[in-house]
Amino acid sequence: MNLYLPIAELSVNAFLLLSMGGAVGFLSGLFGVGGGFLMTPLLIFIGVPPAVAVGTEANQIVASSVSGVIAHMRRRNVDFKMGFFLTIGGFIGSSAGVILFTFLNKLGQVDLLISLSYVVFLGTVGSLMLFESLRSIIRLRKTGTASRGKLHQHNWLHGLPFKVRFRRSRLYVSALLPIIIGIFVGVLAAIMGVGGGFIMVPAMIYILGMPTAVVVGTSLFQIIFVTANVTLLQAINNQTVDILLALILLTGAVIGAQIGTKMGTRLRAEYLRGLLAGIVLAACSKMGWDLVATPEDVYSISEGLAGGGH
Amino acid sequence: MAGLASRSIAVCLLALFFSGSAQGQSGPPLVADLIEEQVSITLGFSGTDLLLFGATDEIGDIVVVVRGPTGNVTVRRKERIGGIWVNRDHATFDEVPGFYLIASTGPINETVPLEIRRNKELGLDMLSLDPTEDITQEESEAFRAALIRNKQRQGLYAAMPGSVELQSGRLFRTNVTFPSNVPTGIYTVEVILLRDDKIVEVTLTPLVVDRRGFEALVFSFAHVRPMVYGLFAILIALIAGWFAGFAFRKI
Repeated sequence: MNLYLPIAELSVNAFLLLSMGGAVGFLSGLFGVGGGFLMTPLLIFIGVPPAVAVGTEANQIVASSVSGVIAHMRRRNVDFKMGFFLTIGGFIGSSAGVILFTFLNKLGQVDLLISLSYVVFLGTVGSLMLFESLRSIIRLRKTGTASRGKLHQHNWLHGLPFKVRFRRSRLYVSALLPIIIGIFVGVLAAIMGVGGGFIMVPAMIYILGMPTAVVVGTSLFQIIFVTANVTLLQAINNQTVDILLALILLTGAVIGAQIGTKMGTRLRAEYLRGLLAGIVLAACSKMGWDLVATPEDVYSISEGLAGGGH
Repeated sequence: MAGLASRSIAVCLLALFFSGSAQGQSGPPLVADLIEEQVSITLGFSGTDLLLFGATDEIGDIVVVVRGPTGNVTVRRKERIGGIWVNRDHATFDEVPGFYLIASTGPINETVPLEIRRNKELGLDMLSLDPTEDITQEESEAFRAALIRNKQRQGLYAAMPGSVELQSGRLFRTNVTFPSNVPTGIYTVEVILLRDDKIVEVTLTPLVVDRRGFEALVFSFAHVRPMVYGLFAILIALIAGWFAGFAFRKI
């Protein structure tokens, strides 16, 4: 059954979209990640214009983060105060990101920006994860238990002004720190069409030194606001949010995530991380290959004037 | 099947009409019509075929040209910089038809004189497309060819010599294929009858391609009230997410 997507202006098989949503939802349930980093490239791959893929995926992540945060709130695993400061930064960063996106879209360089961001950030995060999980798997084989090193050390970051006490995270750090992290991740969320959890979670653990229990819930909490902001700004600036596409992907993703979550509890965390690292690096390699491989046609066309509106 | 039957009936009626008028020698040299004068983009739209049919008073060559609404198009060229392919030079074109299909009874390069082809822009090579930038002839040609090549790849430009079928020498028919990515707007369908290297008659029929129902509703909502649309999209996502979180709580 083919559906004509009103904003993407594309006729796509509804079952293909449902299975894409389901597959990415399954992986996100299995690994506890948002999955935007897989969905956005997949959408572009099936022919959705990059701007529509990014705007629509932001909209879908709003929904999946809400359903995720509900479970974490029930377990009281959300640091709202930390989330608040991250969101302030997130608003600034994602607004700047959408402006940058709109500007580069008019220059015809937005595809390059998306691809480069994916290659750099997925490559870095994927490699770190792979390295870390291999190390803990080796350690697991040797001693039978997986232990990790010291969580965080005190460094110059803890000397910044405007210190605030975060009770749930049991931290006393500068409010500038979460705001700066929020800005950085917000820019990426707007450009890459992701929630940014894959950068946010490591940043919370290794830079802020938050306890792992509250990290995912708090990250999801702020992702809701950041992706909502991206959705709104993309809708206003570029008219690139496809509600129909978002709803179909969401339906598949919700079901997939339930199955993935159940499977995830049966696998060891070290192997899961290694597997996820593999998928992240595969997505990164695909993007990287497309950048260096000689294109089928070096010429491309787009409606409208270069540097002008449409 | 119903569509096919109605097409056959339409062609038959036309044939009857013409066999009557031809005997009186008073009919027009060319009549042509589309089975429908409207292409509606609805939720289930995945492209469509329209039958164009007509009749002539005597044997001749038929050329059919379907043109879509015009607009600006930017053509960009990638170059390899530090190992990666990056968009560098570009050229912009004004008044580029969003859709161009030419169908004919024979190869137009042989059946239609060059002057007529040039004047009436018959054939992809005859489209008057010039970049607005001041660039060399060679560059201009390269960008122009790339524009046409890309449009062809998207299924929006096509030349189909021989696709106009003649029946009993005077009735003709052809299928006009609109892909799912067809741009909306007002189209013109031009049918030209040629005989002895001269144009005998030209008919022009308008055709409207537009969004209907759900497609029209969402598209105009997103473009006319973008802020309300954005807020609405967020609200829908919040409700859907809350519902999903609630529905799967027990699992």
